[in-house]
Amino acid sequence: MSETKEIFVGRSEQKSDLYIRMKKKTSGGIALEMKSSVGAMFGSSIRRTLEETLKALGISDIEIDVDDRGALEYVIQARVEAGIRRLYDVKEPGCLPERKVGVTEPVRDRLRRTRLYLPGNNPDLMMNAGLFGADCVILDLEDSVAPAEKDAARVLVRNSLLSVGFGTTERIVRINPLSTEYGAADIEMVVPAGPDTILIPKCDTADDVKAVEKLIAEAEKKAGIKHKTLLMPLIETAKGSLHAYEIGAASDRIVALCFGAEDFTADIGVERTREGTESFVARSLIVLGAKAAGVQAIDTVFSDVSDEEGLIASTREAMAMGFEGKGVIHPRQIGPIYKVFAPTPERIEYALKVVDAIEEARSKGSGVATIRSKMIDAPIEKRARKILRLAEALGLLGGKKEKKE
Amino acid sequence: MKMIPNSLGRLIPDEIDGKKLKPFQGAHAGHGGGRKAGSPIRASVDYRDKLRASLDEVIDACEIKDGMTISFHHHLRNGDYLINMVVDKLAERGLKDLVLAPSALFPVHEPIVNHIKNGLITHIEGSMNGPIGRACSLGKMRKACTLRSHGGRYRAIQDGDLHIDVAFIAAPNADSFGNANGLDGPGACGPISFALADSLYADRVVVVTDNLQPFPVHPWVIRGGNVDHVVEIDKLGDPEKIVSGTTRITKSPTRLLIAEYVARFIDDIGIMEEPGFSFQAGAGGISLAFIQFLAEIMREKGLKAPFARGGSTKYLVDLMNEGLIGYILDGQAFDQVGVASLRDNPRHIETDPFTSYNYHTKGNFAPLVKAAVLGATEVDLEFNVNVNTHSDGWLLHGIGGFTDATDAHITMITAPLVRSRLPIIVDSVTTVTTPGETVDVIFTERGIAVNPRRADLLDRLKGSSLPIMSIEELRKIAIGMTGEPEKPEFEDRVVALIEWRDGTIIDCVRQLKV
Repeated sequence: MSETKEIFVGRSEQKSDLYIRMKKKTSGGIALEMKSSVGAMFGSSIRRTLEETLKALGISDIEIDVDDRGALEYVIQARVEAGIRRLYDVKEPGCLPERKVGVTEPVRDRLRRTRLYLPGNNPDLMMNAGLFGADCVILDLEDSVAPAEKDAARVLVRNSLLSVGFGTTERIVRINPLSTEYGAADIEMVVPAGPDTILIPKCDTADDVKAVEKLIAEAEKKAGIKHKTLLMPLIETAKGSLHAYEIGAASDRIVALCFGAEDFTADIGVERTREGTESFVARSLIVLGAKAAGVQAIDTVFSDVSDEEGLIASTREAMAMGFEGKGVIHPRQIGPIYKVFAPTPERIEYALKVVDAIEEARSKGSGVATIRSKMIDAPIEKRARKILRLAEALGLLGGKKEKKE
Repeated sequence: MKMIPNSLGRLIPDEIDGKKLKPFQGAHAGHGGGRKAGSPIRASVDYRDKLRASLDEVIDACEIKDGMTISFHHHLRNGDYLINMVVDKLAERGLKDLVLAPSALFPVHEPIVNHIKNGLITHIEGSMNGPIGRACSLGKMRKACTLRSHGGRYRAIQDGDLHIDVAFIAAPNADSFGNANGLDGPGACGPISFALADSLYADRVVVVTDNLQPFPVHPWVIRGGNVDHVVEIDKLGDPEKIVSGTTRITKSPTRLLIAEYVARFIDDIGIMEEPGFSFQAGAGGISLAFIQFLAEIMREKGLKAPFARGGSTKYLVDLMNEGLIGYILDGQAFDQVGVASLRDNPRHIETDPFTSYNYHTKGNFAPLVKAAVLGATEVDLEFNVNVNTHSDGWLLHGIGGFTDATDAHITMITAPLVRSRLPIIVDSVTTVTTPGETVDVIFTERGIAVNPRRADLLDRLKGSSLPIMSIEELRKIAIGMTGEPEKPEFEDRVVALIEWRDGTIIDCVRQLKV
C-alpha cells in the first residue's frame, strides 16, 4: 500500500463506540479532528486519550478524524490501536489500557448453566454483561464478527478483559479456528490479558485441541502467566461428534464440551428444527464423550429470544439428556434456564441429609455413611454436593449452608 | 441582575422581566394564602350560538392583541396539528409579543422556533422540550421562560400567576355547546383534563374539534358552560402519532434489570401487604417493565392494589382486567387500549391536575400513592434530581408530572448508572427540578441508594439480597467507568426558571456558551 492509504475503524453512529478515519503522514505532527456526543463533559479527556495512545504506539505524524458516541476510555484506546495496526507494524503488546481487573486463577469446577454470547466488536453490550447473573460470558471473535473487523474486535476484547469488571462471571473468549488466518493471532493477543477459558470452535479431532493448547502454553509462558488457561472445545460437525470422547480427553485444561447446532445442521445438510431431532444423536454422543472424559457437557443456544416456552422445553430436554448448561444469546434467557436447572426442595432436603450423614461418619472415623440403613457411595455424595452447589447459587439454601469438604 | 440564594443555595434572580420572584424555601414550606383568580362573569343569553364557521372567525371573535397569552394542552402529543395551525394564523395577522402557555410541547412543534425568532412569541410559560428547549438554551427567547409541573401549571393559572387570555382546547369529541372529552373520534386521545384549568380561568375559551357530535357529549370533561366558541376543523392531528397502536416493553437487559430491582425492593420492604398499596408508573421503558415484574409478585402472593396511577397503557389495563388493580386513575392514555378502557370501563377514571397534583388545594391524591417510579437525567449526592437539562447544559425536557408525583410515600428514581459514558450520579445536578428531601431511592443496574432520610426504609430492607449501597459508592462506581466529567459553560443570562409546585423558584437555567 502507498503512503496515502486511508483507513476507517470502529462502528459508525453506534452508542458507546467511536468511528475513526486515519491517514498516514510523514511530517507535520498529529492533525486531530474530533466531535463527540459527550464533548461538553469529556472533550479534553478524549483528546488526551487519543494523543497518549498515539504516543504510546510511537506515532508522531498522522491525520485522524474521530466521531465519538460516548465510548469509554478503553474502547477509544482499542479503536485507535486497531487503526494504527492497519497502517503500521506495531511493537507488541501495543497500548494496553489501565488494568482494572486483576489476574486470577481460573476455576475448573464451577457452574456453567448459562454462557452469554457477546459480539466481540460491540463495546456497548460488554459494559453491563456481568450484571445479569450469567455463569459465563463469551466474548466472541468468531461468527459474530465480520472478517474485515476481526483485527479490531481482537484489540477490543483484549482491552475489555483488562478493563471491564465482569464480577464472578467466568470470562470465556471464543477464538477463530486455527485453520483461518485469525486463530493464532487471537490467541497471541488475548491470552496474555488473562481470560479464564478459551472456547475453540469447530473441533473435529483431539489434534485441533492440542494445536490450540500448544499456542496457548507458548503465549502464557511469554506473558509470564503461571496458571493454565482453561479450554472448552465446541463440537459442531458430524466428525467432531464422533470424536467427542477423544476431544474431551485431549487436554487436562478442558472443562466442558459444547455443542453448536447451527454449524452442525449445515454440516449434515439439514434444516435446524425447534425440536432438534436432527441433532439428537450428536448431542447424546457429546454428553457421553464429555462424561467419559470427566468434563461437563453444555448444549447449544436456543435462538428465538421471544419464545420463552420453547426455551424452557429445550432446556428441560437438554438437562434430561445430561447437559449441564446452555448457550444464551440474550440476558432474558438466563432466568428461565436457571428455573429449569433449579433442584426441587425435596432433592435439596435429601442432599443436605446425605452430606450431613457423610460428615458425621467421617468425624467418627467411619468410612461408611448410611441413611435409613442405605449406604451412601461416592456417586451419591458427588450428586448431592452438586445439587447443594446449585441450590446455593440460586439462593435456595436459606440459612442452611453447604458444609465444605 | 441581583441574584439571591434559595434554601438549597441555588442562586435565582430577585426579579426578572419586571416580575419579583419568590425563592424556594422547602418542598412543603408553602401554606397558601390569598384568593384565587377568576374569569369574567358572562351571561348565558349571549351564548345561544357558539358555533363558528372557521378558525379565522374564532380568532376574530377572540380579539387577540399583541402581548396576550394563549394556551394549549398537549394530549395530542406529537400528533398535534392545532398549535402550529393557530400560531401560523396569528403570525399571518402580524401580531407580536404573544406568550405561549402550553401544558407541553413536542418535536412536531418545532416551527414555533421560527415564530420566536420573528417576534410573534416572546417566551413560553409551561413546558418545552427538544428543538424549542434548544432554542431557549441558545437565548433565542426575548424573555425568560417558566417551566412548571402539571400540578404547578394548574396552580399558577388558579392563583393568577399565569393569566390566560385565550385558551384553545383541542377536543377529539365535542358538541356545539362546548361539552368535550377525548374519548371518541379520529383524534381520540383519552383524557383531556390538562385543559381543565384553562377552561375555568381563561378570559376566552375555544373548543376546537374534528368530531362535532349532537348535544350532549358526555362525560363533559370540559363543560360547555365555560366555553365561548366552538369550531369544527378538518383534522386535529395525526391519529397514529396521538396514541401509539401498542406500547412495548423495553428489551434492554439493563433497563429490565433496573425494573426488576424496583419490584423486588417494593416486595422486600413489605408495603404490598399493607392496606392501600398503590403505585404510579408511566409509559417509559423501565416503568412498563416494572409493572410486569410487580404483577408477577402480586399474582404469586395473591395481592391486589386498590388503585394505580396512570398514564395508562395496555399493560396497566390488563392488570385491572385481571383483578390485580381496583381502579386506574388516569391523566394520560398512551395507547389505544388505554383510550378504549377509559371510555368503556367505569373503574378507569379520568383525573385532572387539580385532583391529582395541585399543591394549592385542600388535598390532592399524590401523597396517597405508595410507590412512584420515575426517570431522571441526573441525581446528585444530596439526592436532588434533574429532569430538565442534560449534563451538557441543554434544556431538553419539561417537568411533566414529575415534581407532583414526588409527594408519593416512596419516590423511586430509575436510570442506567452510565449512559454512553454519562454518569447519572453527579456531585451537584446541573439543574434542580426536585429537591433531595422529596426523593427516596435511586435505582441503577449496579446498585440501589436509599436516601439516609429514609431510615424507615433502610430498616425494612434488613436481610434483603438487593445491592443496596450509599449514593457516594454509586457515584464512585460510575466515575470509575467514565472518568470525571467537566461542567458545561454558561453565560450569565437566565433563560428559564424552574418553578416549584407552590410557585417559588427552585432553580434557573442559563444560556449555554457555544
